Amino acid sequence: MTASVFDPSQFPLPHLLGIEGLSPVAISLFLDRADEYVELNRKRGKMLDTLSGRTIMNLFFEDSTRTRTSFELAGKRLGAEVINMSVSTSSIKKGETLIDTAMTLNAMHPDVLVVRHGSSGAVKLLSEKVNCAVVNAGDGSHEHPTQALLDALTIRRRKGHIDGLQVAICGDILHSRVARSNIHLLNTMGARVRLIAPKTLLPLKVERMGAEVFHDMKAGLKDCDIVMMLRLQTERMKTNFFPTVREYYHFYGLNYNKLKEAKNDALIMHPGPMNRGVEIASDVADDIGRSAIREQVEMGVAVRMACLEVLSENLNREQSA
Amino acid sequence: MSPNSFTSSNKIAYVNARLLDPMTGLDAMGGILTEGEIIVHVGAGLFKDNVPEDAKVIDCQGKCLSPGLVDMRVHMSAQNFAPTGAAAVAGGVTSAICLPGTNLIIDDPMVVQSIARSARKVGLVKVYPYGAITKGLAGAELAEMGMLAESGAVAFTDGNRAVENSRTMAQALSYAATFGLMIVQHPEDPNLSQNGVMNESETSTRLGLVGIPVEAETIIVDRDIRLAKMTGGRLHFAHISTAESVELIRRAKDDGVTVTCDTAPPYFALNETAVGDYRTFAKLSPPLRSEQDREAIIKGLQDGAIDAIASDHCPRSEDLKRLPFADAANGGVGMETLLSVTLELVHNGHLGLREALGLVTQHPADLLGLPAGQLKAGSAADLVVFDLDAGWQVKEDALHSRSKNTPFDRRPLQGRVLRTVIDGRTVFEIGD
Repeated sequence: MTASVFDPSQFPLPHLLGIEGLSPVAISLFLDRADEYVELNRKRGKMLDTLSGRTIMNLFFEDSTRTRTSFELAGKRLGAEVINMSVSTSSIKKGETLIDTAMTLNAMHPDVLVVRHGSSGAVKLLSEKVNCAVVNAGDGSHEHPTQALLDALTIRRRKGHIDGLQVAICGDILHSRVARSNIHLLNTMGARVRLIAPKTLLPLKVERMGAEVFHDMKAGLKDCDIVMMLRLQTERMKTNFFPTVREYYHFYGLNYNKLKEAKNDALIMHPGPMNRGVEIASDVADDIGRSAIREQVEMGVAVRMACLEVLSENLNREQSA
Repeated sequence: MSPNSFTSSNKIAYVNARLLDPMTGLDAMGGILTEGEIIVHVGAGLFKDNVPEDAKVIDCQGKCLSPGLVDMRVHMSAQNFAPTGAAAVAGGVTSAICLPGTNLIIDDPMVVQSIARSARKVGLVKVYPYGAITKGLAGAELAEMGMLAESGAVAFTDGNRAVENSRTMAQALSYAATFGLMIVQHPEDPNLSQNGVMNESETSTRLGLVGIPVEAETIIVDRDIRLAKMTGGRLHFAHISTAESVELIRRAKDDGVTVTCDTAPPYFALNETAVGDYRTFAKLSPPLRSEQDREAIIKGLQDGAIDAIASDHCPRSEDLKRLPFADAANGGVGMETLLSVTLELVHNGHLGLREALGLVTQHPADLLGLPAGQLKAGSAADLVVFDLDAGWQVKEDALHSRSKNTPFDRRPLQGRVLRTVIDGRTVFEIGD
């Protein structure tokens, strides 16, 4: 990786709402910057003052400890002030109330809002009502851009490149925002994407997003460089997307028997939190040589630092213009 | 292909037979040589000059020899494998597909395996189980179709219960398609057919019986065709009984939807008048329909809208049939009359002999992916020898089935099974 000059204007948008539509240059901007932060994060005294005087609000309408913590650390390491707001879904009604919340927060003049919401499109709606920058930390089954970026960074650091890689995304594609963001990113960066799931967990015409669909996991894993497992939403089990956990694990759980179809050095990834024995066998998940699952968490902080920095820089430009 | 050795003594030569193979279109005098469980040679003119000297000879006396019947709808329970097997082979049935029912809920891989074990122990007909679509046949949660298939389930059905919920049906079709498996639906809207006991018509009005309208079937046929189209799933309708269903399926096939169906002999050989004076043996599910429906079923068999004929064999004890019509159980035994009633279509000029045989041999085998239903060197020697013309009357003492509840009771039939061979072994011979 050649060090390039950091030019935030390569990401020309006020908000990071999704990966769809981003250019390879914009994606590389985040990845290159994050790469630098990875090294910084591994040192002592990792606090910077890049974002000093900035206020970041984490606004989570859905519970998430790891993503919220990751954003919080990212903001603090860059010297920003970070405020966490957890809004329990039960106390919030959709539509007007979401906008009311946005307007209320906007009146407090935050610089960046990091928003997670259970409804697809809710983050975009909110971004239209505020003056600050907005980062989508996951909206419904739509997008989770920072997850796709941290996955890409993990892959790029391990494999040296993304283009030309064969990536299999396995599991509950239907409900997954992680899958959708990754499909967009991987295609944009020149990787080939395969989706492996029972038909009941694949949305209609998903292949049109740029992926090859497999129902047989071994066939789908054949010669893959990357195996991305998705979390199975066990809370949706009553609704017949698959019969039982036992059957799901038998056909779609990642174990060494299925994994041997992939390349010998195939990397195993999972956005977490894992259901051990449901979508992934414990020994595979804990395989130090092949599993990048913990590394993904580390990359998450670096990627989010890069995102917060780029959006703030863009705010600077806008405010001085 | 020459016999490589004459030293073994497990060869049987079926000579002087009218060979009928729906698969290849073969219809010629000739013979078959079997060795052990396998057909090793099939040929017109075979053995005209000489028979291998170490082979046992069975002279078919010019009668018909065809692949054994593949009956894709047979109700069994864990207790009646032996009598069911006896009825099967007496009817020339060499492969029977076992339906899940209240006495045999096939929603667990262990049950699939135990059915195969029990059937092997009886050693008569080959039994292949369906798996359940939903747990407990309750229509709510999907059964473990993938694991059931790995255990040997050949397709999926909730037996004589329709999957009522549209979403559940769509998910079943979609999930089964993941594994390339077929969903077999009993097309009957349970709300519309509620309390019904016979076809809804002038006859039901006169008899004062609650009717089941034709729409109970056609609504589900129409709906499921749309769901099959939506999901790309493989759909099969069991025992189609109405003219409108045949037309819907015919059109869906023309549109390229992956849908197939079967019917049962009562629906092309009988109509609702068979209920007569409250004959409970004629109480079936679906009910016997009008004459116009019956004619449409025959037309469907002729033009390929209907893919197969299955017996719907359903033994019922006297206790369940000797009741007022409304209280009596549905169902009739059918394996022993399956071939003869199907041959009526030949004698009446509706179908050619090979076409008719295809509907009870090769077609159902193909639908379910079974290695059966054809006369081919290398395949299992599952055969039936029958007399196309011999007449007989359906009577209690003529039936091998323990239950005698046949809707064809007293009917004179033409065409009779003489010998049934499974894996090279004669398991039924007339006069037994």
